[in-house]
Amino acid sequence: MATLLLPPRHYLNDGYGIKSWLLTRDHKRIGLLYLAAITLFFFVGGAMAVLIRLELATPVGDLVSDETYNKLFTMHGVMMVFFFLIPSIPATLGNFLIPIMIGAKDLAFPKLNLASWYIYICGGLFTLYALVAGGVDTGWTFYTPFSTVSSTTNVIPTALGIFVTGFSSILTGFNFIVTIHRMRAPGLTWFRMPLFLWSMYATSLIMVLGTPVLAVTILLVALERLFHFGFFDPAVGGDPVLFQHLFWFYSHPAVYIMILPAMGCISELVAAFCRKQIFGYSFVAFASVGIAVLGFLVWGHHMFVAGESVFASMIFSALSFLVAIPSAVKVFNWTATMYKGSISWQTPMLYAVGFIGLFTIGGLTGLFLASVGLDIHVTDTYFIIAHFHYIMVGGALMGYLGGLHYWWPKISGRMYPEFLAKLSAGIIFLGFNLTFFPQFILGYLGMPRRYHAYPPEFQVLNVLSSAGASILGVGYLIPMLYLMWSLRYGRIAGSNPWGAVGLEWTTTSPPPTENFAVTPIVTWDAYEYGTQVKDHVA
Amino acid sequence: MLPEATHDQHHPALAHQFDSLAAQSEATTLGMWVFLATEVLFFGGLFACYAVYRMWYPEAFAAASRSIDITLGATNTVVLITSSLTMALAVHAAQTGKRTLLMTFLVITMLLGVVFLGIKSVEYYQKFTEHHIPGPNFSFEDGKFNRHAQLFFSLYFAMTWLHAAHMIIGLGIMLTMLWWSWRGIITPEYYSPIEISGLYWHFVDIVWIFLFPLLYLIGRHAH
Repeated sequence: MATLLLPPRHYLNDGYGIKSWLLTRDHKRIGLLYLAAITLFFFVGGAMAVLIRLELATPVGDLVSDETYNKLFTMHGVMMVFFFLIPSIPATLGNFLIPIMIGAKDLAFPKLNLASWYIYICGGLFTLYALVAGGVDTGWTFYTPFSTVSSTTNVIPTALGIFVTGFSSILTGFNFIVTIHRMRAPGLTWFRMPLFLWSMYATSLIMVLGTPVLAVTILLVALERLFHFGFFDPAVGGDPVLFQHLFWFYSHPAVYIMILPAMGCISELVAAFCRKQIFGYSFVAFASVGIAVLGFLVWGHHMFVAGESVFASMIFSALSFLVAIPSAVKVFNWTATMYKGSISWQTPMLYAVGFIGLFTIGGLTGLFLASVGLDIHVTDTYFIIAHFHYIMVGGALMGYLGGLHYWWPKISGRMYPEFLAKLSAGIIFLGFNLTFFPQFILGYLGMPRRYHAYPPEFQVLNVLSSAGASILGVGYLIPMLYLMWSLRYGRIAGSNPWGAVGLEWTTTSPPPTENFAVTPIVTWDAYEYGTQVKDHVA
Repeated sequence: MLPEATHDQHHPALAHQFDSLAAQSEATTLGMWVFLATEVLFFGGLFACYAVYRMWYPEAFAAASRSIDITLGATNTVVLITSSLTMALAVHAAQTGKRTLLMTFLVITMLLGVVFLGIKSVEYYQKFTEHHIPGPNFSFEDGKFNRHAQLFFSLYFAMTWLHAAHMIIGLGIMLTMLWWSWRGIITPEYYSPIEISGLYWHFVDIVWIFLFPLLYLIGRHAH
């Protein structure tokens, strides 16, 4: 085999020094800026999780006080949701890949793209300030009147941080929508697009239409807290439940901001490592849009016990069940793609099958929670915690790691060490299940969330969960270390190490700043494994 | 390659990621529409609050509505609609390459915007002297509506202030457009900045077209 070489000119050696990064308009470099920033926030949020699990190793509150514990889970939620999960795949892989996958030179608005990163950092600094200044104890949900009247902690800096970061999310979604509409290469019709792009498009719709509602809600909380305006204050006839409606109108669709991009990654991975066209391409594509649309109609299932009318609860329950349909379409179609596929078990594929399994558990327990009667039984227990961690960590984070490994050779030009990567994928899968599966049982038995102490009979399951968390922590550290190592010492990947189809694999690794020397003309469908290789090699 | 495209590639306003100025202005126009969709949802949260509380407390809302100055509100509505007209005329002047006319219309649009904000400040000052600012010093003439009128005024200030903030941003955009027109950047080939600034300006006007009846008119004559 001939020795592969890095291309002489690519986006990473097109300018050196701090200015060439901080003032870049290249979507690929901005993707890497985001990658660095969200990794930082992931480990800050992870540190909170470590302390939470340490505290819960014993039934009595012995490591931290109850106030500190409240601040820990609040900051864990805020960091992980707003500063890691929401930007994770869109702002890193999405930024890097969307223009390349559609054969464009850049996103439609490169300056706004860079601005979105600075806005994100600015919001992050507010939130880090809140953390350093003593933290905030409202929970990531900021329910009123606690957040507007009672809490004496740093609500305003945290809220400001989330408000500001929201605009980076809006700008990202806005940029993606315009780019996908207007900048596709000649011949790349909507139904020839890789499914990653469909899911990014659906995600962007939620970012653009949901985030502003959260922004205005936070603004109202700030006005109420700072100037004693009344919006949600019962003293002047306001309704705290209205806050919950507005909050979940964004924050439930936000779950789909996290999971849809991961689903997009999984579609790419399953096709590439089974060497098959995705089964039922158009169903998977429409399922993404369907999830985005239905996702806006189900927020009331967070409020079954909050004084919502029984009629409203029943409607929201039925609508929540509907989300299961497009979600199941995806799971079935991935599985059908694998059927009789020529599967190779490289690291990204391990993450993909991990995702399918864990997402299925997370999704099915979501149906438990959509049923009003059962939900009332497990409301505010560890059952909820386990459910959404199966979606957000077992789903979104597995998809993110799978995608990161799959496109790492494209991003860096070098391969990651395969054995270590497979090992850590296994560690993460084991650690994850050991951490969160016991929490389903704990919750079903009645252990409430958000307490730093618990009855002694719950200790065994909690110790299992804490042990799992330490394994999971190790599993996350290993990829960070070997990915950084591979930047310098990894084997040179070549432009298409997986033998995959898709425009991103037709350019060099790493790609040149302008992505393609000549704008490609697309005459084939997505995932033409088999046929395409024949046609284009011959 | 088409001759137009070759010509375009020398245009100083053409960004490297686009093949032609036409593709670029289509993208920026779509971008502005997407942004406006975001804005609709941004104001939408407030409109939802308004709808809920108005349904619950119609009498208090009617009483509070009667206490704000309809003459000033109506004047402002006329001022803003006129500014939308001059903005549309500015876009037309830009399309046809009449630079002096374009700059004149932009200046008139900005002046009308300033007049609007001036009248709004007078209204805010009136509310301040009448103790209608929500919070500890709030008091309402009709004591039985004291609590719920505070909800009305919380919404009144949040909505009109957010609208005014958009006007101020709009004035900043207009100032930039005036500067670009003066420097000759805006031409009949490249006028999409004026066009999308116009879209923004019209949007802010339309928000007011909703705010005016909701805050000043509905229920005013109920008793």
